[in-house]
Amino acid sequence: MKVPYYPGCTLKTKAANFETSALAVAERLGIELVELPRWNCCGTVYSLADDDLIHHVAAVRNLIRVQEMNAQGLVDDEYRLVTLCSMCFNTLKQANVRMSENPEDLEKINDLMYLEDDYEGRVEVKHLLELVDELGFDKVEEQVKNPLEGLRIAPYYGCMLLRPTEVGIDDPEDPQIQTRMLEALGAEKIENPYRKVCCGSYQTVQDKKVVSNLAYDILTHARNAGADAISLSCPLCAFNLDSRQREIKEDHPSFREIPVFYFTQLMAMAFGLSEDYCGFDLNYIDPEPLLSAKGIIGGSNGE
Amino acid sequence: MADDNNGPRIGVYVCHCGGNISEVVDVDQVRDFAGELDNVVLSKDNTHMCSDIGQQLILDDIKEHNIDKVIVAACSPQFQGETFMDVLEKAGLSPYVVRMANLREQCAWPHFNHPDLATQKAKVLVNGAVANVRNSEALERQSMTIGKKVLVIGGGIAGIQASLDLGDAGFEVYLVEKDPSIGGHMAQLSRTFPTEDCSACILSPKMADVPANENINLLTYTEIDDIEGYIGNFKVTATKKARYVDMDKCVACGDCEKVCPISVPDEFQEGLRNHPAIYAPFDFAVPHRNLIDDTLCVRCGNCVDACKEDAINLDDEPEQIEFTVDTIIVATGYDVFDPSEKKVYGYGKYKNVITAMEMERMIVAGAEGNPIRNPGKKIAFVQCVGSRDEQIGREYCSRVCCMYATKMASLLKHSGPHRDVYIFYTDLRAFGKGFEEYYKRAQNMGVKFIRGRVAEALADDPEGRVTLKVEDTLTRRIIESDFDTVVLSTGIGLSKSTDKVADMLRLAKSEDGFLKEAHPKFKPVDTNIEGVFLAGTVQGPKDIPDTVAQASAASSRAIRLMNRGEYPIEPIVAFAHEEMCDGCELCVAACPLNAISMAEGKAEVNDALCLGCGSCLSSCPTDALDLHMYTNTQMLDEVTNALKDKKEGETRILVFADDTCTYRLADSVGTAKMSYATDSVIIRVPSGSRVTPKLMLQSLALGADGIFIGECEDRTSPFPHSGEAIRENFDAVTRILEEEGVSPERIRFVSFVTVMLGGFVNNVDSLVRLAKDLGPIPEDKREALVKDLNAKLFGVRTQA
Amino acid sequence: MKIKKLDLSEENVEFLVKISDLSGETVTLCEQCGTCSGSCPMVSEMDITPSQMVRMVQLGESEVMDTKAMWLCASCFTCTVRCPRGLDLSKIAEALRQITLRKAVDYIDIRDLSKDEMKRLPQIALISAMRKFTG
Repeated sequence: MKVPYYPGCTLKTKAANFETSALAVAERLGIELVELPRWNCCGTVYSLADDDLIHHVAAVRNLIRVQEMNAQGLVDDEYRLVTLCSMCFNTLKQANVRMSENPEDLEKINDLMYLEDDYEGRVEVKHLLELVDELGFDKVEEQVKNPLEGLRIAPYYGCMLLRPTEVGIDDPEDPQIQTRMLEALGAEKIENPYRKVCCGSYQTVQDKKVVSNLAYDILTHARNAGADAISLSCPLCAFNLDSRQREIKEDHPSFREIPVFYFTQLMAMAFGLSEDYCGFDLNYIDPEPLLSAKGIIGGSNGE
Repeated sequence: MADDNNGPRIGVYVCHCGGNISEVVDVDQVRDFAGELDNVVLSKDNTHMCSDIGQQLILDDIKEHNIDKVIVAACSPQFQGETFMDVLEKAGLSPYVVRMANLREQCAWPHFNHPDLATQKAKVLVNGAVANVRNSEALERQSMTIGKKVLVIGGGIAGIQASLDLGDAGFEVYLVEKDPSIGGHMAQLSRTFPTEDCSACILSPKMADVPANENINLLTYTEIDDIEGYIGNFKVTATKKARYVDMDKCVACGDCEKVCPISVPDEFQEGLRNHPAIYAPFDFAVPHRNLIDDTLCVRCGNCVDACKEDAINLDDEPEQIEFTVDTIIVATGYDVFDPSEKKVYGYGKYKNVITAMEMERMIVAGAEGNPIRNPGKKIAFVQCVGSRDEQIGREYCSRVCCMYATKMASLLKHSGPHRDVYIFYTDLRAFGKGFEEYYKRAQNMGVKFIRGRVAEALADDPEGRVTLKVEDTLTRRIIESDFDTVVLSTGIGLSKSTDKVADMLRLAKSEDGFLKEAHPKFKPVDTNIEGVFLAGTVQGPKDIPDTVAQASAASSRAIRLMNRGEYPIEPIVAFAHEEMCDGCELCVAACPLNAISMAEGKAEVNDALCLGCGSCLSSCPTDALDLHMYTNTQMLDEVTNALKDKKEGETRILVFADDTCTYRLADSVGTAKMSYATDSVIIRVPSGSRVTPKLMLQSLALGADGIFIGECEDRTSPFPHSGEAIRENFDAVTRILEEEGVSPERIRFVSFVTVMLGGFVNNVDSLVRLAKDLGPIPEDKREALVKDLNAKLFGVRTQA
Repeated sequence: MKIKKLDLSEENVEFLVKISDLSGETVTLCEQCGTCSGSCPMVSEMDITPSQMVRMVQLGESEVMDTKAMWLCASCFTCTVRCPRGLDLSKIAEALRQITLRKAVDYIDIRDLSKDEMKRLPQIALISAMRKFTG
C-alpha cells in the first residue's frame, strides 16, 4: 500500500528519529509512505481569524500535491495524506475541513494560487495512528517480536491529535488509540488522566518556565500513575516534555527524569528493528538505561 | 341586487369597527360593490357588527329576507368568528355557512396609508369570501359518543396521581407499569425539597390507595405491546410478564430470598446493594409481593422448597391481555442522564465520583442506620451534568438539580455538621414556591455555593480523592481542590421506554426530546392526538408538585372529554366523493395519521382520526377526496373571485395562510400597523398542505402572479408532517413550471412562527416585487399550465 | 487598585462587534460559567482568566487589549471542546491578538532568544510562535 506522506520541517531535523522509526515500522506493516514531492511548510498553526484566508494557502498547496501524485502515478487512487507530526496533522486537517465546509473560501483560495491546479477537496488528512488503527492493531501485534513487557508507558496526546473535535482522531476527553497501540506492543497499560492536558505548545518560545512548570505537572502525574516513560506523537510536545526536563531539574532538583518516546520508536523496538531506526541520540533523556533495565534492549531477543 | 330564487341567498354586512375600518376603507363603496355580486340579496353596513345591535340585524334579516348564508366583513375571524357562528345557530342555520372577510387586521390596518388601494382590496376580499360561502355546506356541529375508561401508562407519581383522580371521579382506570412495583423515581428519593418531607413516607400512602381504589385496575410488571384506534376506541394489547410467584399466596416473608444463590446489583438501590433473583422490589413496594427475574433465575428450585405458602411456580407464563379505553394519559417519566457520556468527569472510572441518585440512596441508607458507604468530609456537587450543554446536545435546563443538590447538601450538613459541602453551579435556579427560602437556609447552614461550572475531574488513583478544576467566576480565582466524594447532579431526559409508546400513539416530540404538548400555553397537557394527554416529566423536566399538578390537569382534561358521554368534534375533516373515487388507494399512504382506509373499494375517512389538514387531497388523481369547509369547489371559487377584477398592469399574489400560524401572524402584522404590498390577497387554509399542486397551478392560470404558502414550523404545527407534504407539492409544481417555462420563483413556501412579523412582511413584499419584475405570465403559458393537468401530475400512474 | 466605573458607550458596542466579526464567534452567547478558565492549562500564568477576557469583550472593554491572557493562550482548544455554549475561545483570543499584530506591533522579538535556545528549539516551535506573536 503506497500512501502519500507529508513530513514537515521538524521531521527532517530535530525529530528525524520520529521519521526514521515511522518509515521503518510502516514498511513492516506493508505501508509505503511516499513523500510528497515539493512539499512546503504547512504553517504549523491553523489561522483562527475569520477573515484570514491567505495563511491557509500553504496548507492547501500541500493538498494539491496529493492530487498531482495521483495524476503522476506516484500513488494509485490514494487520497489519504499521512502525517506524523501532530501539529502538521492539525493544521492541514483544519484547513481541509474549512475548505470542504466553505466552498466560497475554497474558491477564493484557488483564485489566490493561479499557478496551481485547483484543489478539488478530495484529500483526507490522516495521522499515522489513524492509518494503523484502520489497518488493525492485530496487524501490529503480528509484527511484535520483542514485546515491551514490563514497560509501563503513559500515553500522552497533547492537543493537536484531539482538538477541536471535528479534526480529532479520538474522543477528546477519553482518548484510547495509543493505549490500544501500547497494548498491541505488549506494554503495560497506564491510565494517565493528564494525557490530554496541553504542554504549553509554542509558549515555550516566549517563556520556557511557563512550559517547564506545565511539563513538571504532566510528568509528575504520569509518574504518580505509575509510568516509567511517556509515548507521544508531536515533536513540540516531545521538546516540551523531554528537553524542558533540563529546566524542571533546575527548579525541582529531586525530580526524577522520565524518558519520552515517539510511539514509532516503541513500535520499532517491539518489532525487533535495529536501534539505528530509533535514533535515541536525539532524545534528551536517554531511554536506554530504562530499556536495558527492563530487558527490552541488550537482551537476547533483539535483532 | 341579484335575486336568484334557486341559488343561495347571501347577506353581506360591512362593519365600520367604530372607525378602525371605515377611517381607511370606504365602507359605502364596499357595501355597494357587494350588493352587486351574484346571490347577494342584501348588503348593509353597521358601526359595530359584533354588538347586540349588529347581531340582531343579521337575525332579523335571516327571518325577514330568508338569508341563508352570511358574510361579515369586519375583523379577523380569530376574534369574532365564534360570535357569528352562534348568531347563525340561534337563527336555526348551520353555523358553518358564515364567512368573515378580514377587513381590519388584513386590510385597513396594514394598508392605512393607502386608503384607495385598501378599498379596492376590501372589495377583493369580500368577493373572495362571497365565492367561498356560496357553495359552503350546511355542516352541523358534531359530537361522538365516548365511554369512561382511561389507560394511564406509567406508575410513577404522575401516573398514580392521575389514576387516583380519575378513579375517585368514577372513571375506570387501567394503570400499566412496566416495573414490578409502582412508585417510580420518587420512591428512590431521600427527602423532597424544599420541605424535606421523607419521600417514601409521603408517597407510600398514595401508592397504597391505588389497589384500594375499586375503579383502578393495577397492572404492574406489564408492558404495552400495541395501541390501535382513536379517541373513544383505543384498543390496547399488553403483556403481563411472568412473576413466578402467586400474588394471592405470597406474604413477602423473605424466606425465599435467603436461599437464592444469585446476587446482582439492585437497580432500585442504584447498584449500591445487591438482590437475589427472587426478591421484593423494595420495602414499601405496591404490590408488596416477591417475584423472580427470569433473566437471572437458574431454576435451582431452592426457593420453591423454602416457601411455606407454596406460592412459587417456576412454570409461570407471561399473559397477554387486551382491553379498550376511551382516553389515554402518558406518564412514562424520565431517565437520569448517564454521566459516563460526559467523560470529563470520570464517572465509572473514579470510584468517588457518584451520581445524585446514588447519593439519594446513600442518604436513605445512612438515615436508616444501615450506611452503604461514608461520603467523607469534603463533598462537592457538580451541577448541570447533562443539562445546558451543547457539547452533549442537551441545551435545556433540567429544573430540579439546583434544588435537589441544595437538599442533599443540607441533609449531609445536618447529619454531619463537620462536613464541608460545596455546590458548584452555573446559575442557581430557585424559582419555585419556597425555593429561595430553602436556598437561604442551606447557606445559613454553611453549605458553600460556588458560581462556576466544573471543568474537569482528575485523579491519579482511581480509588482515591478526586481533584476538581473550576473557576470561581465571582472572584476569578481558579480552584483546584481534592474532594472525598464528587456528586454529579445529573439532569433528566425522556425515558427510553417512552419512545415505543410515542411511536404507537404517533405523538410528536419537542426539540428537547420530550413529548410535545398541543399548545405551550393553553393546552399544556394535551397532545397532537385527540384523547391522549401528558402528565409529568414525559412532557419536560419538572419537580414533584408540578408533576402532580400536571397529572391532575391531565385527568381533568380527560374527564372533560368523557364526562358527558359525548364530546364535540370539528366537522373540518376530509371526506371522499364516493362516485368519483376509483379506489387507487394513493390517499391511504398519504395520510400520516392512518385516518384513510378502503371500504368496498372506496376511500373512507375516519372522522375521529382525521385532523383536517387536507394534505391527502394532493394525492387524489380524481378529485374525489375533499375537505369540509375548504372544498375544492369553494377554494377554486374563492381564488377565481379574488383574481377576477385584476386589471392589465396590476400584480396580484395569493398568500395561502395556515390557520394556526400564518393567518394569525398576518393579523399581528396588521395589529402592529406594519404595512406590506396591497397586491397580496390572504386566503385562509387549515394548513398549507391543503393547497394542492392543482390549486396552485389553477391559481397561476387564473392570473395570480405569485403564490406564497405560509405554514407553521414543524415544531409548532398541529400537523407535524405538513412541511414535508408542502415540499412535495412544491416539487411537483416546480417540475411543471419548469417544463412550461414559467419561473418557479413565483411560488414560495415559508415556515413561520407567530412572532416573525418582519419575516412575513419581507416575504410578501419581496414576492410581489419579484412578480412585478417578472411581469405577468403570458396567456398561452397560463393555459398550458392547466392543460392535461391530471396527466401532468399523475402521469406516471396513468402509464402504469 | 481602584474600582473604575464602566460606561456602556457606543464605542464599547463597536469593540464587541469588531471582535465578534474577526473571530466569527457570537461572543454574547457566553454565559460566564467558567468552564474555559477551569480547563485552561495556562490560566495560572494569566492576569485575567479566559472567561474574564470574554466578559470584557462582551462589555466592549477595550482595556482587555492591555492584558496578557490572549498572549498566553496556547491555542490548545481545550476550552473549545468543553464550552457548553459551543463558543470557540481560541478564535476570540486570536482576534484579540490580531488587533495588535495587524498594527504591525509584534509581541515577541525572536532576537531576544539566547543562542542556546535558538539551537535547542525545534522549528515548529519557532514558526508557530512567530505566527502567533508577530505580524
